[in-house]
Amino acid sequence: MTALSTAMPTAFQAVQIDYAALAPMLVIVGAALLGVLVEAFAPRGSRHMIQVALTLVALVASFVVLALVSVDHQTVTAGGSIVVDGPALFMQGTLLIFGILGVLTMSERFGGRSADAFTPMGAATPGSPAEANAERAGFATSEAFPLTLFAMFGMLMFVAANDLITMFVALEVLSLPLYVLTGLARRRRLLSQEGSLKYFLLGAFSSAFFLFGAALLYGYAGSTDLAVISRAITTANGDLEGLLLPGVVLTLIGLLFKVGAVPFHSWTPDAYQGAPTPVTGFMAAATKLAAFGAILRLAYVGLEASRIEWRLGVAAIAVLTMVVGAVVSVTQTDMKRLLAYSSIAHAGFVLVGVLAFDVTAVSGVMFYVLAYGLSTIAAFAIVFLVRSGGSEATHISQWAGLGRNHPVVAGVFSLMLLAFAGIPLTSGFTAKFAVFAPAVAHGGLAGIVMVVVGVLASGVTAFVYFRLIVLMYFTESTADDVVVALTPSIASTIAITVGALGTVVLGIVPGPILDLAGRVSQFIL
Amino acid sequence: MSGLPLLTLLMVVPLVGSAVIWLLPSASSRLAKPIALGVSLLTLALGLVAWGQFDNGSSERYQLTETHSWIPQFGVSYALGVDGIALSLILLAAILTPICLLAAWNDLGEDAEPAREKTYFALMLILLTFMVGVFAARDVFLFYVFFEAMLVPVYFLIGMFGGPRRQYAAVKFILFSLVGGLIMLVAVIGLYFQGPGGDHGFLYESLEGAVGGSTATQRWLFVGFFIAFAIKAPMWPVHTWLPDAAAEARPATAVLLVGVLDKVGTFGMLRFCLGFFPEAAKWATPVVITLAVISVLYGGLLAIGSRDLMRLIAFTSVSHFGLIVLGIFAMTTTGGAGSTLYMINHGFATAGLFLLAGFLISRHGTQRIADYGGWQRVTPVLAGTFLISGLSSLALPGLSSYVSEFLVLAGTFQRYQWAAAFATLGIVLAALYILLTYQRLFTGPRPTFVEAGEPRDLGLRERVVIAPIIASFLVLGFFPKPVLDLVNPAVKQTLQLVGVTDPAPTNASGSAK
Repeated sequence: MTALSTAMPTAFQAVQIDYAALAPMLVIVGAALLGVLVEAFAPRGSRHMIQVALTLVALVASFVVLALVSVDHQTVTAGGSIVVDGPALFMQGTLLIFGILGVLTMSERFGGRSADAFTPMGAATPGSPAEANAERAGFATSEAFPLTLFAMFGMLMFVAANDLITMFVALEVLSLPLYVLTGLARRRRLLSQEGSLKYFLLGAFSSAFFLFGAALLYGYAGSTDLAVISRAITTANGDLEGLLLPGVVLTLIGLLFKVGAVPFHSWTPDAYQGAPTPVTGFMAAATKLAAFGAILRLAYVGLEASRIEWRLGVAAIAVLTMVVGAVVSVTQTDMKRLLAYSSIAHAGFVLVGVLAFDVTAVSGVMFYVLAYGLSTIAAFAIVFLVRSGGSEATHISQWAGLGRNHPVVAGVFSLMLLAFAGIPLTSGFTAKFAVFAPAVAHGGLAGIVMVVVGVLASGVTAFVYFRLIVLMYFTESTADDVVVALTPSIASTIAITVGALGTVVLGIVPGPILDLAGRVSQFIL
Repeated sequence: MSGLPLLTLLMVVPLVGSAVIWLLPSASSRLAKPIALGVSLLTLALGLVAWGQFDNGSSERYQLTETHSWIPQFGVSYALGVDGIALSLILLAAILTPICLLAAWNDLGEDAEPAREKTYFALMLILLTFMVGVFAARDVFLFYVFFEAMLVPVYFLIGMFGGPRRQYAAVKFILFSLVGGLIMLVAVIGLYFQGPGGDHGFLYESLEGAVGGSTATQRWLFVGFFIAFAIKAPMWPVHTWLPDAAAEARPATAVLLVGVLDKVGTFGMLRFCLGFFPEAAKWATPVVITLAVISVLYGGLLAIGSRDLMRLIAFTSVSHFGLIVLGIFAMTTTGGAGSTLYMINHGFATAGLFLLAGFLISRHGTQRIADYGGWQRVTPVLAGTFLISGLSSLALPGLSSYVSEFLVLAGTFQRYQWAAAFATLGIVLAALYILLTYQRLFTGPRPTFVEAGEPRDLGLRERVVIAPIIASFLVLGFFPKPVLDLVNPAVKQTLQLVGVTDPAPTNASGSAK
């Protein structure tokens, strides 16, 4: 593989492609293209069902292919640009599970004709006659499902990208559909479009950073291949040394933007608040996982040799992320923004694990994003259910007394909150342990400092979550509006149940998954 | 040892009981209370069986052991086992829980919502599971899991069923405990990497006497554990959550919280701070002793100044916990045995005070001491039992706390004369706050009851609740030998780990001048 990527070919040669290794991605992109055709040719009334079925079948098929076929084809393929190794497969599998759960929640109709989360016509001016007409005519943005598949394709590629160009392409492929999805919320259209635009503009910015960083690293190493960059760093003779650090910093900025690390987080609350709630859940779980997958690979495979130079800087970002995410979440009054800031804090916790630079940290990070994602999708699915007069009751004061009126919904949501707070016997605790332990063992003083800040930040976030539990259980509802939890369809119920079960099981018997994550945590160079 | 996993059973029985209560259909929710009581009595019976199987003379560090691999990736095992100290605290929890359930019988009133009543009793049972677990754990990680998990039922017990400022008290309680716990988490992680590691690297036996690392590292780890336990115990200056929690909680909850849960703090000091970090413990002793003495005096003074009956009892506990910590860090066998015995006695004495205070408050509807007076003329039995509980709390000779308090002070005097002298002042304060309270509550002219009519004296249920507590004062006061026999070997082993011997000339009976 190294010969392939470094030696200049004398004539054009078709690269070897291991289709079995790429099959999960190909299934997804194929289904996404098919979904576009469905959008064009299927009658309007049946599109929702067809799209949901197609998407779910594609995701499940992709997962099956991954579990049965691709696991035996761990290799570097496509000319060195894609690597299908243990971490890539683990994260791809997790992404597909998130995709299935996310699509299940997105398909929620509450008895209506089309998905309840999405506007009937994304292009219509909010509140305009055109929008009302679209609603009456039974329009629906069922293209949300192919868009989700395209985003999923980008994510699958992102965690397997072995050179900076592929990584960049994957980044764009996963981001663009998400920008669109963010703007498709059925209610509070202006907020949704604002969130979408901010996400898009800042996302474009960060892409530019990443691309510039990639260019600098190419200039330094003579290749965008991560293994070549790594070798160039170890065998450096001092030439072009000035390109390395700026290149590293800029590429990392591009990736840290995607996980919502402070100070690149400002899009997160707006996008999370504006996006249709099931999309928020999917985005929070899957984007974060994909971005951490890419960060892990870039940091551990490509830039590990130069980590002395940049590790402390990223450690500072991790500390800042934990502190800001935790502290600012205290003041939030909107449930989705609160969960957004909580996700920022969680990104900081994961970064602590990333910076441990040990193979146990890889498995810890993978476990963390899996556990966090399951809880997050279920949590947002529940936020989606709690309504006041048809629209979502996202102001936290509206949740007062929910535990009395809807004990099951409030109970499951409390479970998620306990997991976010990292209470033992939930997945959140095991996950925190899994990332903090390597940081203490291998992270040196900086690692210990980060862990101490991390646990203190956990304490702050715990305050936020317990305040919510107080609100749901111990406070009488004072709001004039009637807040109800809608009865979810089977699809959403499955998603919420899987999320809740995952939260409990990963908390009580995490052994098998930790074992799996531990066995597959070695990157192929 | 028989093949029966007794300690696991001790946890599973209440857990199953609470699940059954939760799943009861609303129509038969009346069964919640009898089921809860029955399950807790069954647990107590199992606890007594465990005591029967426990061999005081055994040279094994831990008995009734069970070990299974749980999360080998982290070095975590599901390992249970008890020494005498742990077993005596498990028994304390198992005895107090049925008493508290019975005391809480009518807490929610006749017309309580069935769901609420089910939740209340189910939470109490689940708390019993965690209390047994935290003492029975033989693995630091498992201990930590129970240590944190038991916050959740207490949080709900205070927050859902407490007094008017319950939300504030519940959040304050959980934040203090959680911050302590999170600091400990760092120390727990660090401890593993300083120990032998491996699949069972968190087992107590693997770690005791085997924690490596530099002196500084050990000291930091010690501090991490100590802060958590000091908050839990609670010691001055991190005690402020306790009065609020105790004042807002139901009396039965307050008993379990102060009487049993807080013992985790002192238990942890003995087991972890001394057992794992002997050098660091010796290094920290001057500071800890000072804090303990301050707790003794400060708790006593604040108790005297309290206008709220429940807060008063909470402050007396701060004072008593100071004495317990003093005995532990005196690092003498006398002090250690005294502290352990004190943990048990304090559990009963506090239970008596809290529950009787609760009975009194349920009759008059206020916690303000000033609103009472002359009640011994109305409720003589209540007054009498309160006085006995109070006398036990102030360590009257012949009642249980006297033995333990004497042992603690004698043990401390062997090493730290001044600290012991100051701590003895705490006993004077104790006499003040108990007798003054009794005077304000019960003596004086007969009160007049305009609206509600004359309150009744203790009923049958309440007498059944209080009888075993009073009995414990007398039994443990005159004949503490069974408990001392149970705890002494464990205390000796702990001090061997620390590597200290009693100052010569040693004298087991503590004839400290």
